[in-house]
Amino acid sequence: MPHDHHDHDHDHDHDHDHDHDNHLDPMAARVRALETILTRKGLVDPAAIDAIIETYSEDVGPRNGAQVVARAWDDAGFADWLRGDATAAIADMGFIGRQGEHMQAVFNTPEVHNLVVCTLCSCYPWPVLGLPPVWYKSPAYRSRAVMEPRAVLREFGLELPEGRAVRVWDSTAELRYLVIPERPEGTEGLSRAALADLVTRDSMIGAGLARRPEGA
Amino acid sequence: MNGPHDLGGQMGFGPVIPEPEAEPEAVGAPFHAAWEGRALGLTLCAGALGHWSIDESRHARESLPPAVYHSSSYFEIWIRALEALLLRHALLSAAELASGDAAPSAAHPRKLAAAAVAATLARGGPSERPIDRPARFAPGDRVRARNMHPRGHTRLPRYVRGRVGTVEADHGGHVLPDTNAHGRGESPERLYTVVFDGAEVWGADAEPGLSISVDAWESYLEPA
Repeated sequence: MPHDHHDHDHDHDHDHDHDHDNHLDPMAARVRALETILTRKGLVDPAAIDAIIETYSEDVGPRNGAQVVARAWDDAGFADWLRGDATAAIADMGFIGRQGEHMQAVFNTPEVHNLVVCTLCSCYPWPVLGLPPVWYKSPAYRSRAVMEPRAVLREFGLELPEGRAVRVWDSTAELRYLVIPERPEGTEGLSRAALADLVTRDSMIGAGLARRPEGA
Repeated sequence: MNGPHDLGGQMGFGPVIPEPEAEPEAVGAPFHAAWEGRALGLTLCAGALGHWSIDESRHARESLPPAVYHSSSYFEIWIRALEALLLRHALLSAAELASGDAAPSAAHPRKLAAAAVAATLARGGPSERPIDRPARFAPGDRVRARNMHPRGHTRLPRYVRGRVGTVEADHGGHVLPDTNAHGRGESPERLYTVVFDGAEVWGADAEPGLSISVDAWESYLEPA
């Protein structure tokens, strides 16, 4: 029973978890083998791995950051707090922990557009955005964002107005950056929840803008 | 080290392929294969045993041979580095890794239990440390990123080395990755955000209106 530790995995059955081990791709096999050995050696508990996966699949993701942005749009006092001490302001909303220990919020303005990258690895503010998308970790993004951000943004369909400065934040230390996009026009009077719906993951990295409300 | 990970300004990797944000209820997101989630979980669980720091982990990834690094997917890099760390710290033998089999052993005293995952993730690993030395630089100072090429771990990207920028913020003391990655202590140093003009870094090839900042430890910088 080399795979008995997967028996608990009923909640997220995977396509390779049933009866066709011969079709495991090499990485799936390699990771499964490592998990098996480490479990036998008393080093890891497969249930803890399940709990980690569940956390970043279900609980922690960009909807957290969207709530931070919506509150900043809606509450000038909170926006000031976010400018002065983003770690504390974000913790006030319950978003704390790994890869968000030291937060900084950077606000887009009509003068400056902010873009975040980690050229050296994949540093990303997990508590507010979850795990990074593949493009954020890709050599294409990491190599080009610091040199030709406008060209990169065009690949996201974003053409910045001429004359708008671009500030790229390379996350080389343990500071984690959250971009606060500009509040779209036509959003006066919207509830905080409706505002949060306009905040995309990419807009909080700087790779996009917040959406305009339907009909605006 | 001048490793394959230090990508800023390299060319030839092609376009960036945007990826739609998953719906909150999407099954399996944010992983693209089930093994990726297991790889993440294994890495965090093994890290929780306390034998290495996040800096040593990063160094293990960037120490992969360049051809391997560039031909591996992201979580494949993590797994290759994890295997190297487990061997280095004698938590696993080469024979066990090769055979995929190991004799059952008693639980490690710091084995991460499922019930402890939430608290462990919430605690994180803050890198801030008290520091009593006076700051060498202040916001507004002009500084040069040192032209340094250490054989070990560093977080000063190659593309700013030798370039002059302006200190924008002083973040107080933080663990120095350059020593911590090699088990030589946390040696906290003051950390600064330093802003470089695009043209200072890329010359005439810079996009207009571009500035770039890095977070740099004090020993990465000299007065300009």
